Amino acid sequence: MLKIDNLQVSVGDKKVLNGVTLEVSAGEVHAIMGPNGSGKSTLAHVLAGRPGYTVTAGTVLYEGHDLLALPPEARARAGVFLGFQYPVEIPGVNNVYLLKAAVNAARKQRGLPEVDAFDFLGLVREKMQLMQMDDSFLSRGVNEGFSGGEKKRNEILQMLVLEPRLALLDETDSGLDIDAMKVVAQGVNSLRSPERALVLVTHYQRLLDYIVPDRVHVLARGRIVRSGDRTLALELEKRGYDWVTGQAA
Amino acid sequence: MSESSVKLESLLSRGYSQGFVTDIESDTVPPGLDEDVVRLISRKKKEPAFLTEWRLKALRHWLTMSEPRWAHVQFKPIDYQAISYYSAPKARTDGPKSLDEVDPKLLETYEKLGVPLHERARLAGVAVDAVFDSVSVATTFKERLSEAGVIFLPFSQAVQQHPELIEQYLGTVVPHSDNFFAALNSAVFSDGSFVYVPKGVRSPMELSTYFRINALNTGQFERTLIIADSGSYVSYLEGCSAPMRDENQLHAAVVELIALDDAYIKYSTVQNWYPGDAQGRGGIYNFVTKRGECRGRHSRISWTQVETGSAITWKYPSCVLRGAGSIGEFYSVATVNNRQQADTGTKMIHIGADTRSTIVSKGISAGHGQNTYRGLVKVLPSAQGARNFTQCDSLLMGGECGAHTFPYVEVKNPSATVEHEASTSKISDEQLFYCLQRGISQEDAVNMIVSGFCKSVFKELPMEFAVEAQNLLAVSLEGAVG
Repeated sequence: MLKIDNLQVSVGDKKVLNGVTLEVSAGEVHAIMGPNGSGKSTLAHVLAGRPGYTVTAGTVLYEGHDLLALPPEARARAGVFLGFQYPVEIPGVNNVYLLKAAVNAARKQRGLPEVDAFDFLGLVREKMQLMQMDDSFLSRGVNEGFSGGEKKRNEILQMLVLEPRLALLDETDSGLDIDAMKVVAQGVNSLRSPERALVLVTHYQRLLDYIVPDRVHVLARGRIVRSGDRTLALELEKRGYDWVTGQAA
Repeated sequence: MSESSVKLESLLSRGYSQGFVTDIESDTVPPGLDEDVVRLISRKKKEPAFLTEWRLKALRHWLTMSEPRWAHVQFKPIDYQAISYYSAPKARTDGPKSLDEVDPKLLETYEKLGVPLHERARLAGVAVDAVFDSVSVATTFKERLSEAGVIFLPFSQAVQQHPELIEQYLGTVVPHSDNFFAALNSAVFSDGSFVYVPKGVRSPMELSTYFRINALNTGQFERTLIIADSGSYVSYLEGCSAPMRDENQLHAAVVELIALDDAYIKYSTVQNWYPGDAQGRGGIYNFVTKRGECRGRHSRISWTQVETGSAITWKYPSCVLRGAGSIGEFYSVATVNNRQQADTGTKMIHIGADTRSTIVSKGISAGHGQNTYRGLVKVLPSAQGARNFTQCDSLLMGGECGAHTFPYVEVKNPSATVEHEASTSKISDEQLFYCLQRGISQEDAVNMIVSGFCKSVFKELPMEFAVEAQNLLAVSLEGAVG
């Protein structure tokens, strides 16, 4: 589904990804771990098409197509979803309104009619229940006045409604207490399926207790320095990042 | 200038004015303004003597005044003697004869607004009276209102049918000498609306000037007078669209509102006069005086405006809070794009005790637009316990536009509370990327963010107007980002 080959990225003069190679197949969950500043969030953002990054070398194929050639909205409509680490507030824009616009944009792309407003609200309510969000959410602005935990839940809610084929979750666990993390993990797990792939970007292994990955990769200084199964995450927790980053040096 | 081009020019201009005069000679007056013209207008409208005298008084005062220049707007001096001050609605020989002759871009805009086809034709200035059965619409509408006792008439008819009300209230909020443009309007106003809601009556429907948009095309000097008697309620909507013309047109209207004890007047405007083209050619000079007086105790006047059109908007819908416990409100969205200029805001004059006012102003600037909020909150010594809350937010799109805020506060009573909040923001890259990442196009994302910015004003508009306002905003900001 996703094939990254020797991806090199700069921000201004600074090189932040130094040749990342990674392949993710449908049905798989991959975790990208690494110390702060290792480039793991950059990777997620570059895949989503955030402006401000320059790809200096390498290719990214998504379902066989050149992902980097597409503008961000086209990537999203093709099924690429980014769960933001710090979701932005958009005052006055209703949560459901944004979500409906997002769903309709993807439907339009596929030649489908706009979603029925009543059915849509039913779907959103159902997913809200799963994410343990109360009704007040429906009338509030996008992330407006949300707590950190509420923002993260909202990201997952959007993902559940949009049903992406490739979900990139950037530090979804940061700032969550253990109960909220369980709710978020439950939401993410409900979306796992043989047609979908998930890439979790995380600093800590504790999220992986709840969302069990198929593969774990450690990113350091802009490249993947080690890959393994879920036991790699456990070992990392025990031995710290120095263990792998030291090896890489 | 060569002789031939002089000849050509005079031929062209003669052709134009002759077309006017020969076709409907009795319904037009030649350009220029003096006492004879004012008397002629008054005579054509068969006005009572008091009104003729009032117009003349206004003219004499106007002649002593000079055009104000204090607003943060720029325009070439207007030649007031070159304007024709009276022409009848059906005299429009320069108007398009059918929709085929109307600029397709304008039609496209109406299509985007979801204006029905027959309405589009009317808005575009096509004479389609025969096609559109406006007479019956007006009749059913009038019956329901008259059952409730509400008087809603064109101003000129109200002068004939209810001269006593006109004489009692006209000019009591905006005097004939109020300001340059109000004085000019008082002298030459052609028509407008008159509303009287009797004691204790809640108007059974929202009153709208949309029905009379055709008449608006001719009258650039309308006069509106709304009186809400004790305990009554009325919601009045004003929608403005104008045909595209290359020359600037002056629109100097006056609106007076009077709310007696416990009465509530809600006045909403969606202003979409032609803004001129991208280079700033043409467009309406919208120099309007709007003022309401909360004359009675616990009365309330609420202005809501969405200003997207006009080359220059210069208006300050205001409230004189005379009655004890009365409430004044001003909710405004003003948008400028391309070369548009807006200098708008409000005045809240607190006279009575325990009067309250709320000002929410949202200014959006794009292109080379210049947007100014100018507001006055004045608390007189008599206004014990008066309160005001003002919020002014500006949103900038691109680097060539400007936003300016001039809040004036004069407090003469120490028990008053006056609060002011202001902010200036840009549409952030973060917000845009967030929307794009959800698959929403850049254009839709900008519209969504701007609408969100304006939400606290839009929610004051009646439902169908709020939808129209959002669509208008989207049209007027088209191409502002990206």
